Amino acid sequence: MPIISIRDLVVEYDGRRILDGLSLDIEHGETMVLLGGSGSGKSTLLRQILTLERPKSGSITVKGIDITRCSMTELKAVRHSLGVAFQSAALFNSLSVEDNVALTLREHTKLAPSIIDLVVWMKLAVVGLGDFGKLHPQELSGGMKKRAAVARALALEPEILVLDEPSAGLDPIVAAELDELILLLKEVFQMTVIVVTHELPSAFRIADRIAMLHNGRFISIGTKDEVRTSQNPRVRQFLDRIPEDMTKTSAVAAYFGKYLQTPETHT
Amino acid sequence: MATVLEAVGRRTISELDYVGSLNIQLWATLRAMGSALPLVGNRYRWQAAVRQMLQIGVDALPMVALMAICTGFILAMQGASELRRFGAMHYVIDLVAVGFTRELGPLLTAIAVSGRSGSSFAAEIGTMKVTEELDSLRVMALEPVEFLLAPKYLAALISVPCLSIISNVCGILAGGLFMFFSTRLDPLLYFRYVLDSIVLRDVITGLIKSVAFATIIAHVGCLEGFRVRGGPDSVGRSTTSAVVKSTFLVIVADAVFTAIFYFTVKS
Repeated sequence: MPIISIRDLVVEYDGRRILDGLSLDIEHGETMVLLGGSGSGKSTLLRQILTLERPKSGSITVKGIDITRCSMTELKAVRHSLGVAFQSAALFNSLSVEDNVALTLREHTKLAPSIIDLVVWMKLAVVGLGDFGKLHPQELSGGMKKRAAVARALALEPEILVLDEPSAGLDPIVAAELDELILLLKEVFQMTVIVVTHELPSAFRIADRIAMLHNGRFISIGTKDEVRTSQNPRVRQFLDRIPEDMTKTSAVAAYFGKYLQTPETHT
Repeated sequence: MATVLEAVGRRTISELDYVGSLNIQLWATLRAMGSALPLVGNRYRWQAAVRQMLQIGVDALPMVALMAICTGFILAMQGASELRRFGAMHYVIDLVAVGFTRELGPLLTAIAVSGRSGSSFAAEIGTMKVTEELDSLRVMALEPVEFLLAPKYLAALISVPCLSIISNVCGILAGGLFMFFSTRLDPLLYFRYVLDSIVLRDVITGLIKSVAFATIIAHVGCLEGFRVRGGPDSVGRSTTSAVVKSTFLVIVADAVFTAIFYFTVKS
């Protein structure tokens, strides 16, 4: 039985369809990468999986519980099994890094403060921030913030780790380090990992399977090799980095048309 | 004509939606208040409430005291300039004492707290929303109403009435100073007249108003923060809106309470 099962998911904002009948199964212990361009709907899908928004129709089952219809108690139980690192890291700026990591431990466990301190140090050490616990988020670099967010997500040892654009805005070396960290965490903790990204090298490094979104629909779901060899034109365009012909879009054509069609009149 | 009616209707629905949201938030907070209480609640919430009390109450003390002293002088001087003509200078004491305990103490305090803390609540929660910190709290199975709002509301419920009492004392002291310098009235005699002119009912009505004002300031400030959409500019707008709306609603509530107490006494 898959740990997460999405069935016929439809999401609309103000009558505009963002996700159009998505279905996907994510198995225990696999790394699923949700790949897609800007505006493809991958962040919306992630917000649905995290129950931050409600769908128009369809269902999302996490560990056998339909989170689109469950009670608050069931939802809390599901959320305890999720660890999430947001794109912006979303660390609490008023708290130190170690207090950020300790927050869920203090709130959801009865561990003694000394044990919490030890667990926090271990989680920070795993992501390479063992010596930076006393700092506040605004004192960290972009890559360190992302790693601190991963440490916070790991605090309760979740079964499912969700990472939203982990390598966005990072230099290639730091992004590669983060990819290696994700692989290490998966191997050590045996957790299911869901990664939302549009970074191709990162996706093909960490994924077991890739689900590719375009205009709110999956255009390809498969292993890295299956996606890499896909002949779907949209998949090929994305993987081969072929730009859209901007002049074919009506707004751009209307604005630049006279320059593009009759350049000699403006010389 | 149709356009005017449409605009009026849209505005009315929008205002009703706002009042409805305030009510829903108030009930949700009252249900979560137990977690912020000392001994029986969550100790981290109580600690947060104490920190908020220091910010709302202690930090506002010099400002509220100075405002009350200035207003006490103004009220005494304006009253004396008219009452002197009728040889009724002793009524200045009643004017200041009753005016402050029933009306000016709670109102001045509410306006000061609205400007300082209402705006701060909106800015804090609005910023947390923009930076995905609120989403982060939700996925950690921590409800923002319980985590953020309940300690703030509890702190406001305790701090605002305390500040109102201090404001009353400062205003009455200012009236005493004026009477001493203008009529050489013995301060001890002044305070005996003050105690004769006010009754317990005046103090209680003032405190009831303070509790209502604290509710308005805390909830309008937090709701404005929760309703932030977009980027940092909307945080600025919500901060302004929190001050304007809470000050307006405080004055409306004051009028309503004064009318209720006035007609209750007559009957």
